Amino acid sequence: MNPVWIILFAPLCAAAIITLLTRKAQMLSALISCAAIITGFVLTLQLFAQQGNWMSPEPLQWLVVDNIVRIEFGATIDRLSILMLLVVTGVGSAIHIYSLGYMKGDPGFSRFFACLSLFTFSMLGIVLSNNFIQIFIFWELVGVSSYLLIGFWFEKHSAAEAGKKAFLTNRIGDFGMMLGVLLLWTNTGTFNFAELPAKIAAIPSCTLGLIGALIFCGAVGKSAQFPLHVWLPDAMEGPTPVSALIHAATMVAAGVYMLCRVSFVILPSETALTLIAWIGGITALMAATIAIAQNDIKRILAYSTLSQLGYMVMAVGLTGITPAMFHLTTHAFFKALLFLGAGSVIMAMHHEQDIWKMGGLWKKTPITFATFMIGTLALAGVWPLSGFYSKDEILLLALEHNKALFIMGAFTAFLTAYYMGRECFVVFFGKPRDKHAYDHAHESPWVMTLPLVFLAVLSIIGGWGSYIPHFLKPDEHAAHHDAWKGFALLLVPAAGFLLSAKIYLKADASDAPVKAALGRAWTWVENKYYFDELYAWIIRYVQGTIAMLCELFDRWVLQRLGIGGLAGTTSVAGKTLRLLQTGNIQSYAFLFGLGVTVIIYYVVVR
Amino acid sequence: MEHLLTIAILLPLASAFLAFLLPAKKPGAIRALALFATGVSLLLTLYIFSQFDRQDAGYQFVKSIEWLPSLKVNLKFGVDGISMTLLLLVGIVSFCGALVSHEIHDRQKEYYILFLALTTGISGTFCAMDMFFFYFFYEMAVIPMYLLIGMYGSLPAGKHGRTKEYATMKLTLYLTAGAVLALIGLLTMYYAGGKTFDMVELKNNLRLAGSTQKWVFACLLFGFGFLASLFPFHTWSPLGYAAAPTAASMMHAGVLKKLGAYGIIRLALPLLPEGARHWVDLLAILCIFNILYAGLAALTQKDWKFVIGYSSVSHMGYVMLGIATLNVIGVSGAVLLMFAHGVMAALTFSLIGFFYHQTHNRNVPDLSGLARKIPFIGVCMVMAAMASSGLPGFANFASEIMVFIGAWHQGSTVFRIATICAVWGIVVTATYLLWAVRTSFFGPFDEKWNMLKDATTLKQKFPYAFLLAVLLVVGFWPRSLTDIIKPSVQRILATNSHRLAQMEKQ
Repeated sequence: MNPVWIILFAPLCAAAIITLLTRKAQMLSALISCAAIITGFVLTLQLFAQQGNWMSPEPLQWLVVDNIVRIEFGATIDRLSILMLLVVTGVGSAIHIYSLGYMKGDPGFSRFFACLSLFTFSMLGIVLSNNFIQIFIFWELVGVSSYLLIGFWFEKHSAAEAGKKAFLTNRIGDFGMMLGVLLLWTNTGTFNFAELPAKIAAIPSCTLGLIGALIFCGAVGKSAQFPLHVWLPDAMEGPTPVSALIHAATMVAAGVYMLCRVSFVILPSETALTLIAWIGGITALMAATIAIAQNDIKRILAYSTLSQLGYMVMAVGLTGITPAMFHLTTHAFFKALLFLGAGSVIMAMHHEQDIWKMGGLWKKTPITFATFMIGTLALAGVWPLSGFYSKDEILLLALEHNKALFIMGAFTAFLTAYYMGRECFVVFFGKPRDKHAYDHAHESPWVMTLPLVFLAVLSIIGGWGSYIPHFLKPDEHAAHHDAWKGFALLLVPAAGFLLSAKIYLKADASDAPVKAALGRAWTWVENKYYFDELYAWIIRYVQGTIAMLCELFDRWVLQRLGIGGLAGTTSVAGKTLRLLQTGNIQSYAFLFGLGVTVIIYYVVVR
Repeated sequence: MEHLLTIAILLPLASAFLAFLLPAKKPGAIRALALFATGVSLLLTLYIFSQFDRQDAGYQFVKSIEWLPSLKVNLKFGVDGISMTLLLLVGIVSFCGALVSHEIHDRQKEYYILFLALTTGISGTFCAMDMFFFYFFYEMAVIPMYLLIGMYGSLPAGKHGRTKEYATMKLTLYLTAGAVLALIGLLTMYYAGGKTFDMVELKNNLRLAGSTQKWVFACLLFGFGFLASLFPFHTWSPLGYAAAPTAASMMHAGVLKKLGAYGIIRLALPLLPEGARHWVDLLAILCIFNILYAGLAALTQKDWKFVIGYSSVSHMGYVMLGIATLNVIGVSGAVLLMFAHGVMAALTFSLIGFFYHQTHNRNVPDLSGLARKIPFIGVCMVMAAMASSGLPGFANFASEIMVFIGAWHQGSTVFRIATICAVWGIVVTATYLLWAVRTSFFGPFDEKWNMLKDATTLKQKFPYAFLLAVLLVVGFWPRSLTDIIKPSVQRILATNSHRLAQMEKQ
C-alpha cells in the first residue's frame, strides 16, 4: 500500500474509531488521534527524504458516466504537496500534543479529538487531490469540520453563531468555485490537474479570466480575503488549539495552496492576476489597520492572520507562486506558535482574553513569553528569523511589479510590527492590571510548552538559506535580490516597534493617545469598518424581504388560488373549493368520478 | 428467482391481510408482523440487488401473471437499474418507518394495515411493467396515505389557521387531480399504442405525431409534477408533511414523492421525445422556482416540519432539473438524488418525530440547546442537515454534482442560468438548515426540556444510524448505484433519441 494512503486515511480512521468505539475512554481517544497524525508526519518525512523519486498511486475511478464525466480519486505527489504535507502534519502534530494539555478536563475531550482528526483528514485531502472535484470534496469537508470545531462549545451562543457564519461564508465562496470548475470543464472536458495544463491554451482569454476569477472565489472564502473575511475573527470562539490549526497551518492556508496548485489556470490570465493581487493587497492593509484597535489577545492575531494571508494572495497575483508558498510555510510556524502562546497566556489568566486585564506576565510565564517574542519578531519580519526572508521576497516582488502594492505592503509591515508590539508590551510588560489573576498565573505544563519550543525553533530557522524555495524549484535559482534592499526594509518593522514601545511600554499604558490622534478613524477601525453590520443589514432586509415575499405569495396566492388554477374553469374551481371546505371524503369520490367521466368521454369520442 | 421480486413487493400487502385477521387487542403481534414483512422484503430486495446483472440495461427478474386477458392486463413486475435503486429506497425507508412507528398507541391495527398497504402500493408502482398496474398501485399508495394523515396526524393548532383535516384533504385532492391529469395522458398512449398496457409493447408500438406528443407530455409532466411537488403545484406538500405522523412523512417525502419523477422518467421520456424537447426549457425554469423560491420560503418557516417540507420541495427541483437535461449524467444524477433525498428526508422526519413525540413542540425558536440532553439525536440531525445541504461524503453530494454537471453540459442559456441558480440553492439550503439546527440544538440549554430522553439502546438508535450509514456508503462509493442506474438511463434516452431520429426521417 502506498504510504500516501496511510497518511491520508489514518486520521479518518482515528475519527471513526473515536466516534464509534472509544468515546468514553478520553485519554485513549486523544492518543489515537495524536498517533494518526504523528504517523502521517513520520511517513511524510520519509517521502521528503526520497527527494524526487515519488510515485503517485494509481487513482480510483470514483464516478464515471460515459466518456464525458470521469471523476478520479487520486493523489498528487510532487514538491508542492510534500511541502504542504510537512506543514500540515508537522504543525498539526504540535497542535495535537498541545491540545492534550489545553483541553484537559473538558467534557467533550474525545469529541474534540475526533473533530481534530476529521479536520486533518480533510486538509490532507485538499493537499493530495489530483482533480478539481476531489479538491472541492475535501474543500467542503474542511468547511464542515471547521464548523464543528469553531462551534465546539455549542452551548455558547457566540460559538454556535460563529460556526454557522464560517460555514455559510465559505459556502458563498464555494458557489463561485463550483461555477468556475464547471466552466473550466466545459472548455476542456477534464477535471484532472495533470491533463488540464495542455488544454488551457485553447481557451479564449476572457473566458479564462472569468474561470480564474470564479475559482479564486473559493480561495477568497477559505483564505478569508476581502470581502468574505468576516468569518475568521469570529472563528476565535473555538478552543485556542483550533484557532492555531485553522488560522495557521491549515484551513486558511488551503486557499493559497489551491491557487498555487491550479496556478496553470491563473497565470495565463492578466485579468485574474490583477484581481487577485489587489484583493490580496487590500486585505493585507485593511486587516492590519483593524488589528491596531482590538483588545482580545486572539482577535489581534486573527486580524494579523488575515493580513498575512493577504500578502500570500498578493504574491500569487504577482505571479510569485514560490514566495507565496514560502511565506505560507513560515507563517504556519510562527502563527501557530503565537496562537498556542496566546492559549498558554489565556490558561495562565484563567480564561481571560482581554489584553487590558493582563500585564507583567513575563515573570510568571517565562517560556511562553520567550517563545511568544520569537513568534512576534518572526511575524514582524526581523532578521534573521524566518518571517524576514519570506516577507521580503513578497515585498521585493511587489517592488518589481507594482509600486502601489509595494507601498501598501510596506505600510502593512509597519502596522504589523506596531500592533504586535502593542500586544506584547501590554500583555507581558507594564504592571499587572488584574492583581488577583496575576497572583494565580502559572506557566503551562510541558505538553503545552514543548510544542511551543518546537515551533519557536522552526520559526527561527525556517527561512535560513532559502531552503524552502530551493526545495520547491530546485533547478531554478531564486530571483536574486540585492541584499541591501532586504536590510533596508528592516527599518519598517523597527519603526513600528519603536512607535508602539513609545506608547505602550510603560506602566500606565492605554489607547488614549492613539484614539486622540486618529479621531474618527479609530472608531471605524475599532468597528472593523462596519462590515458585519453591513452584511447583517443585507441579510436581514434584502434576503429577509425576498424570503418573506416568497412565503406570502405561497401562502396567500398559490395556496388560495392553486386549486382554482388547476381545475381550469371557474365553475369546477368553485365546486372543488366548496368541497374542500366541507372537508369530507365524498370529494375524493367526486374527483375519482370526474376522472372516470373523462375517460368514458374520451373513449366514446374516439 | 423471478418470484423473489414479486414476493418482495407483495409481502407487505399479504401481511396487511393477515393483520386484518389478527385481534386488535394484540397490537404487539401486529407490529411484529409489520416489522417482519418490511424487514424480509428489505432483505429480499438486498438479495435481488446483489444478484442484479450490472451489464444488463433491461428488465430483470421479470414475472408476469395473467390478470384480465380481455383487456390485455397482466400483473407484470420487473426491475431495471432505475427501479432497482428505488425499490431499495422503499425497502430501507419502509423498514425504518415501521421501526419508528412505536410512537403510535391508538388503533394500531388499522395503522399497520394502512402502512403495509402503502408500502406495497409504492414498490408496486416502481416495479410495474404494466400501465394498468402502475396506475393501480399508485392509487393504492395515495388512499392509505390519506387515511394515515387524517387519522394519526397532528398539526399544531393555529398553524396558518389550518387543521390536519384541511391538510389531508388538500393533499389528497392535489394528488388525485394530478393522477387524473396523468391518466388522460396514459390513456391516450394506451389507445395510440395499439391498446396495450404493457410498457415494453407500448414502446415498440406507440406512434404519436409531434403535436399530440406535446400535449400528452404536458399531461404526464404536470400530472406527475403534482406528486413531485413541481412549482406551482407544490403547496400541498409542506402542509401535508406537517400534518402527517412520522412514518407517513417519511414514506411520503422519502418515497411517494419520487413516484412523480419516476413516472416521467419511465413513461414520458422514452415514449414522447418530441414532447420532451418541447417542454424542457419551461421545466428548467420551473425548477429554478422550486429550488430558490421554496428554499427562500423555507427560510421564513418556524415549524421544523414546514422547514423540511419546503426543503423537500426545493430538493425535488434538483431532481426535475436533472430529468430536464435529457442527458445521461443529468438523468442518472436525478435518479441517484431521488434515492439520496429519500433516505435523507426519511432520516430528518424520523429525527423530528423523535423529539416531537416528547416535546409536543417543534417550533424552532421554542427549542434551545437540545444537543446537551439528546446528543445522539443532535449529532444525527447535524449530519442530516449536512447531507441535505449537499456535503461531500453523503450520497446527496454525488447526485447533486451529477445534476450540476448534466445541466451545465446541456449548454443552452436557460440551463446555464438554472445551473447557477441550483448551485446557489445549496447556499440557501445550508442557511435555513444550519439556522434551524443552531437554534434548536445549540445555544444554552432550556431547562423546560429536562424531561427529554435520548436514544440510548441499540434498538432505539438503529433506524437513524442505518439511514445515515446508507447515505455515507453511497456517498463514499456512488458507483455502487450509478453503475446500475447509468445503463438503464442510457437505454431510455437511446429510445428517446432513436424515436426522434425516426420522426425526423418521416
